[in-house]
Amino acid sequence: MTDIAQISADYRGIAGRKRLYSFLLWGIFAALMISGLRLANDRNAGGFWDGLPQIFAFPSELIGEAIEKAGALPGHMLSYLPALIETLNIAAVATLIGVIGGGFMALLATPGLAPWPRLVPLFRRMLDIARAIPELVIALVFIFVLGGGPVPATLAIAFHAIGALGKLFSEVAENASPKPVEGLESVGANWIQRMWFGVLQQVGPNWISYAMLRFEINIRASAILGFVGAGGIGYALRNAISWGQGRYDAAAAIFILLFLTIVTFDQLSSMARERLVRGNAGGRI
Amino acid sequence: MRNATYPAGEEPGWVRSLPDGGAEIALPGEASVTIAADGRVTLSAKGELIEVMPEADGIRTDITDPPGWISLSDKRFMANLPEGGRLTVTRSRTEVFRRSAGWELFFFDLDSPFHGKTAGQLLALAVSGERLDPARSNLAAMGRDFWFNSVWHHGDVAWAIFETLLMAFLGTFGAGLISLPIAFMAASNFTPARIVRQVFRRGFDFLRGVDALIWTIVLSRAYGPGPLTGTLAILLTETGTFGKLFSEALENIDEKPVEGLRSTGAGAAPRIRWGVIPQVAPVILSQLLYYFESNTRSATIIGAITGGGIGLLLVQAIQTQKDWEHVTYYIVLIVLLIIAMDWLSGRIRARLIRGAAA
Repeated sequence: MTDIAQISADYRGIAGRKRLYSFLLWGIFAALMISGLRLANDRNAGGFWDGLPQIFAFPSELIGEAIEKAGALPGHMLSYLPALIETLNIAAVATLIGVIGGGFMALLATPGLAPWPRLVPLFRRMLDIARAIPELVIALVFIFVLGGGPVPATLAIAFHAIGALGKLFSEVAENASPKPVEGLESVGANWIQRMWFGVLQQVGPNWISYAMLRFEINIRASAILGFVGAGGIGYALRNAISWGQGRYDAAAAIFILLFLTIVTFDQLSSMARERLVRGNAGGRI
Repeated sequence: MRNATYPAGEEPGWVRSLPDGGAEIALPGEASVTIAADGRVTLSAKGELIEVMPEADGIRTDITDPPGWISLSDKRFMANLPEGGRLTVTRSRTEVFRRSAGWELFFFDLDSPFHGKTAGQLLALAVSGERLDPARSNLAAMGRDFWFNSVWHHGDVAWAIFETLLMAFLGTFGAGLISLPIAFMAASNFTPARIVRQVFRRGFDFLRGVDALIWTIVLSRAYGPGPLTGTLAILLTETGTFGKLFSEALENIDEKPVEGLRSTGAGAAPRIRWGVIPQVAPVILSQLLYYFESNTRSATIIGAITGGGIGLLLVQAIQTQKDWEHVTYYIVLIVLLIIAMDWLSGRIRARLIRGAAA
């Protein structure tokens, strides 16, 4: 009997300590959240509660004008279609460069597949750095050097995409079966042939699925970069907003266009990805 | 205004005192600036000799057609030498910038009594030695001078980095707190009513689809620039993302623990607390940490749009187009910050996954 009492007392003690720890952890977390929110509130130009009534002022003004001039909206949308296509093109080209560059870098950075195994850590660090620099930083520097337009934005997004895709691609390639590669090696295939016929066939669906996810992210990034001066729909949006009251119908048209585009590609890519990876082990992204 | 005066005979090699009380400053690229005792500034660069005279109501100069490297107005003369020099003349002050590589001003600016001392001297001053400023200890004074360095603004930069991190932290974890309970309403095994589920799912799609850019613009209209705007923009977008991810995690749980709890007569709250949460907690935590890292990057970008944090500093430094060393410094800081966050979140996630497997 004493044994059971002992065990039960020990269990209660451990459970109590665990509860205390998680209580403390939640307490620290709550304190961080509350003090952080207060600090953010204090350092902001307008306070949360003062701004709350105004939060709907801009959207309602926008929607009001859009409804008032509903007839002009399709015309506006049509006139901004080229800008939207430019944004999509930036994202598409950047994704393409990212897939090719990231694929190469991934194969170079995957132990077991790399042609120079000693350089794997070097390529991994290069991918880390490419991933760490935000697109905006590269874009701002390129915009200064090359002037505004789609080229700096494409380069910036592509650079980041190489880093982001390279890491994900390399994780997929690590799990690829080495058997086809060994088989190809035994018949004298060189590195490119081994990768092309042995690895890419295995990783293809997952790589394409990541690339599509990246394309969707790149559309958003390309819109944001447009806002800082890289052309496309983001640039048009900034101009439309700066025209001010009375001309918000153009801004509303761009908002709708952007929203529809993002939602469409979000849905399309998630549908396509589901079809691609269904049946693959661990295919959920 | 003079920040500091070189004692006679101790000027750096590129400053030469003139007998009439003025000074001649040699700049890289065969250029030089001569400041006469009466304030007249003579710039000799690119084979041209340019005279600028500061006066009570502005500046006077005889240039009629300024070349591209000179910007000129009634009140201000600025010459940018790409070799690493800058001359600014306004009515109240004449400033010559001579760039040189090194850490000269990084720790202490020219105002500080600690400027130009070696590390050993500084250590000796910090540990013992006369107080240079009677009001505070030498160590405190050093910290103060470093923090308020007027060239590199370490204090402001530290605040900016902190603000960026704050936006990412509050946005990510705030969104996690909000979307977890709502995610139950979008999961098919907890909300059998299809219409309710659809409403919540489309709500999440909307939040995600509007995108951080649009949220930032809309919110900055209400709140103005600052970290709160960025926080709320991240919070709204990520509520949509997390709502989708969490509801998928909830749909994938093993129903057996829930069944077991139900058989003991447990109500809905205990079933969720003891049957569902332990299953999804590692997934949710790992996603939260991953997005915390990714949102540090977003917070930099949002900060550049809405005006807060290190993103704003970077944009300002690029737009002024003169202090490229600051641009480099901020980029290095951003990259280090993101690599640090990446490493940290990766380590915690690896521990979480290993802990869950054990």
